[in-house]
Amino acid sequence: MILKFLTQAGLYFLFLKKVFSKPEKARIYYKQTLRELVSLGVNSIGIIAIISFFMGAVITLQTAYNTENPIYPTYLIGLGTRDSIILEFSSSVAALILAGKVGSNIASEIGTMRVTEQIDALEIMGINSAAYLTLPKIIATLIFNPFLTLMSISIGIFGGWSAGTISGVITSANYIYGIQYAFIPYYITYSLIKTVFFAFIITSIAAFKGYYVSGGSLEVGQASTQAVVYSSVLILLFNVILTQLLLS
Amino acid sequence: MIEVKNLNKSFNGIKVLNDISVSFETGKTNLIIGRSGSGKTVLLKSIVGLHDIDTGEIWYEGDLFNKLEFSEKKKIRSEMGMLFQGSALFDSLTVQQNVRFPLDMFTNLTPGEKADRVRFCLNRVNILNADKLFPAELSGGMKKRVAIARAIALNPKYLFCDEPNSGLDPLTAILIDELIKELTEEFQMTTIVNTHDMNSVMEIGEKIVFIHEGNKCWEGDKNEILNSTCQTLNEFVFSNALAKKLREE
Repeated sequence: MILKFLTQAGLYFLFLKKVFSKPEKARIYYKQTLRELVSLGVNSIGIIAIISFFMGAVITLQTAYNTENPIYPTYLIGLGTRDSIILEFSSSVAALILAGKVGSNIASEIGTMRVTEQIDALEIMGINSAAYLTLPKIIATLIFNPFLTLMSISIGIFGGWSAGTISGVITSANYIYGIQYAFIPYYITYSLIKTVFFAFIITSIAAFKGYYVSGGSLEVGQASTQAVVYSSVLILLFNVILTQLLLS
Repeated sequence: MIEVKNLNKSFNGIKVLNDISVSFETGKTNLIIGRSGSGKTVLLKSIVGLHDIDTGEIWYEGDLFNKLEFSEKKKIRSEMGMLFQGSALFDSLTVQQNVRFPLDMFTNLTPGEKADRVRFCLNRVNILNADKLFPAELSGGMKKRVAIARAIALNPKYLFCDEPNSGLDPLTAILIDELIKELTEEFQMTTIVNTHDMNSVMEIGEKIVFIHEGNKCWEGDKNEILNSTCQTLNEFVFSNALAKKLREE
């Protein structure tokens, strides 16, 4: 078990060494990165927007129903929603969602290329296949995921306002006052730092699992599942480590 | 010329290739034949460097290929073209983009020059009208042709074909065989073809190496193969009813 873990860890770091070696032709990698920005970034806007809106709405309603006490001012509902979304939802929970969507996509794409000998075809041409297939994906997610996080924060807070005002648990003015009250800008920085780490974990783990697939469609499916499971566990682990490092 | 000397390869302690020594000549269609699981594909993939070998030497002209670093292998690899068993075309690219891919990666040609080269390669394999299609929209024979067009895009010195006829009907298989032979002579390439198809052997086999259970059992040409005294080769060559009948006559 330990030996297997160490072997996998060693293989992962050797894979990363290959990924971060000098590209054959920078212009091709640039074009590939633009494609991945659309494929992995722009195409994730929809799901992140929908989930953020409803999570913001639910957080607001739950906060409201759990703080029904005349001692607490209602604007704290806005504050609670804001901090929950910025500190945890838009970075960590959104990363777990992306691990499922983007991670499985990357692992199955690269895994299929492996079992259909497309990666061998790249190697025969003298192309560093690990770098060609993975580096543009990593760069694209490192660039785009922070935008997704900022978008998620905005839509989540808007979702909270919508649910709060429509259901009548808080007035618009109180909610807006609440989301401005005792605001700490560093929380945004903290959220973005976490997002960048998580983006790297999602992309590199998924690419690694896909790259070393052997067998057929069954193994590609297994690799895709493993990519989601491993990256989710690592996201949760690094969430604890980064929180301790950045907020203590 | 490609030379293999005392090549040994095993997987998880199981020996797959045992002390193989053979040379493949320039301008000729060299065939590696043998039963399924005999080690043909492992030998071919070892020669092109997709498998690391246990011991032995693989020489490309004057270069000891298996001892070169990845960056040093790149130069020789840019002179290789390979046709894979399943064609290995890039799913997300059209036929035209597949053939242009090596040109984009390794040349500084202008877009017009690349388009000319792509047209030439597709024309050479008679598939010019399918350039806008994706691999999923092609038949098995068309995929093989596109894969050949991609393999010759950079004017390679070495062409490797892993079972180019698998999954094809006999007529299409002969067309693919003839195409490989014509291209080998036209561009004076060193071509190595892996096959267990006796039609291919009799059509294009200028030099034939027979592999059985990881050992080189026989070497010769298509005229010698029918008169061989090698028992395992004869069992392979005359395994089907038609060949047996011809032999009896």
